[in-house]
Amino acid sequence: MDNANNAPMIEVRDLCKVFGDLTVLKGISTSICKGEKVAVIGPSGGGKSTFLRCLNRMEEPTSGVIRFKGEDITAPGCDIDQVRRHMGMVFQHFNLFPHLTVRRNITLAPTQLKIMDPAKADKRAEELLARVGLADKVDEWPERLSGGQKQRVAIARALAMDPDVLLFDEPTSALDPEMIGEVLEVMKELADEGMTMYLVTHEMGFAREVADRVLFMDGGLIAEEGTPEDVFDHPREPRTVEFLSKVLRR
Amino acid sequence: MGVKTTSRRGDVFLWLCAAVLLFLLYQSGFFTEAAWDDFGRRFYQNFIKDRRYMMLVDGLKATLFMTAFSTLIGLAVGLILSVIRVAYKGGVPIRLLNAFAECYITVLRGTPAMVQLLIWNFTIFASARDLNTQYIAILAFGLNSGAYVAEIFRGGIESIDPGQMEAGRSLGLSYGASMRYIVLPQALRNVVPMLFNEFIALLKETSVAGYIGIDDLTRAGQNIQALTLEHSQPLVMVAIIYLVIVMFLTGVVRRLEQWLSRGRRG
Repeated sequence: MDNANNAPMIEVRDLCKVFGDLTVLKGISTSICKGEKVAVIGPSGGGKSTFLRCLNRMEEPTSGVIRFKGEDITAPGCDIDQVRRHMGMVFQHFNLFPHLTVRRNITLAPTQLKIMDPAKADKRAEELLARVGLADKVDEWPERLSGGQKQRVAIARALAMDPDVLLFDEPTSALDPEMIGEVLEVMKELADEGMTMYLVTHEMGFAREVADRVLFMDGGLIAEEGTPEDVFDHPREPRTVEFLSKVLRR
Repeated sequence: MGVKTTSRRGDVFLWLCAAVLLFLLYQSGFFTEAAWDDFGRRFYQNFIKDRRYMMLVDGLKATLFMTAFSTLIGLAVGLILSVIRVAYKGGVPIRLLNAFAECYITVLRGTPAMVQLLIWNFTIFASARDLNTQYIAILAFGLNSGAYVAEIFRGGIESIDPGQMEAGRSLGLSYGASMRYIVLPQALRNVVPMLFNEFIALLKETSVAGYIGIDDLTRAGQNIQALTLEHSQPLVMVAIIYLVIVMFLTGVVRRLEQWLSRGRRG
């Protein structure tokens, strides 16, 4: 593809998700280009996390189409494991593997999937840990890390697969306030290095600073979309105004 | 899961054991004057003469042999059944396998192990008379134990945070690989004490193997009884041997629990 830089990396069309009799997503259409950072904000229960988790089919979309680098990943024949190698995900609760050392947490997938031999994966793990500021924790057990350190290891683990895009699902929501900064700092560096990022967050300051575009989701729809300046400074929708007045007052 | 062992509780446990032993000795006539007189003679008759203690030794060997191999079969069967059930619940399309697993677990847990043993021996393998009955017993006990082990494993797997599976899948690992490298190792660690208890139960369960003509530890006691026409000493000895082994294994489980909980903290 010659126009890889112009074509969207992920394109979502009419995405719907129904849990039982609860419709969580009511037709989402949006896209993200290479190198773009998109923050998804909005009230709880508005469908932000579900939207993000549909992108790598952690949740199966009920209907709609998701294209990743042109490929329809909701098609029946799609090998989702293959797709996920290129889409990293960072979870609210880190989900580190407690029975493995930090090093093995990072090298497990690349070695099991035969992407790297163990020696190379080890070296890569050390590089990535240095990058997130945890070079000295390489042989530590996850339990002995603080929340912020765990999340930074989780980011290193996602990066070990050399993903084209990273999906952050409220990465700082489970952290003690004093640890949020260190995680945001790592994410900021990733953003500055040109990583494509989807970020579901309650950190409005960070969204404003890092995002190229902000999606405000409410009631299973994208209620408002625009640059951080548009959405934060000149919101058009009453719902956005109301939400922002609540969260920014704090 | 773990029983916290304080020294006081340990003391009570030891006293209880002593009381049980004393009771068994009393039952065997140990404390009646007349019996005490010829206790040594009867002991000689039962265990020393003609090297009869070897009957118990061989019986113990058979019991341990059956327990060990049934355990292995139980582990393998239990692991497979539990993974089938969990995978089906997790959306893997194996409806038939799951139905089989549920059927298996229901039937084998819902009928006595001894009845199963008799059916294996006298119905299913009725025509295979040259087959060593010990192998039949191992199969019967192993498959029976598998049903219980399956439920233990399933509980262990379901106790693992679903986020672990999600993290594995998000990295591109398949369901099977995530299960094998991420979920199962953690689940296994959680259920080791319960598995051990299952095998202790299995050890005692094999005492019905005599019904299909295997000279296990229990049957060895009965064989001595038949030779010496002595009603109590052989069986009390058998009980003591079981008790010593079970107490030893229980001690191992307790150590294991302590070791595992220490490992979990870091």
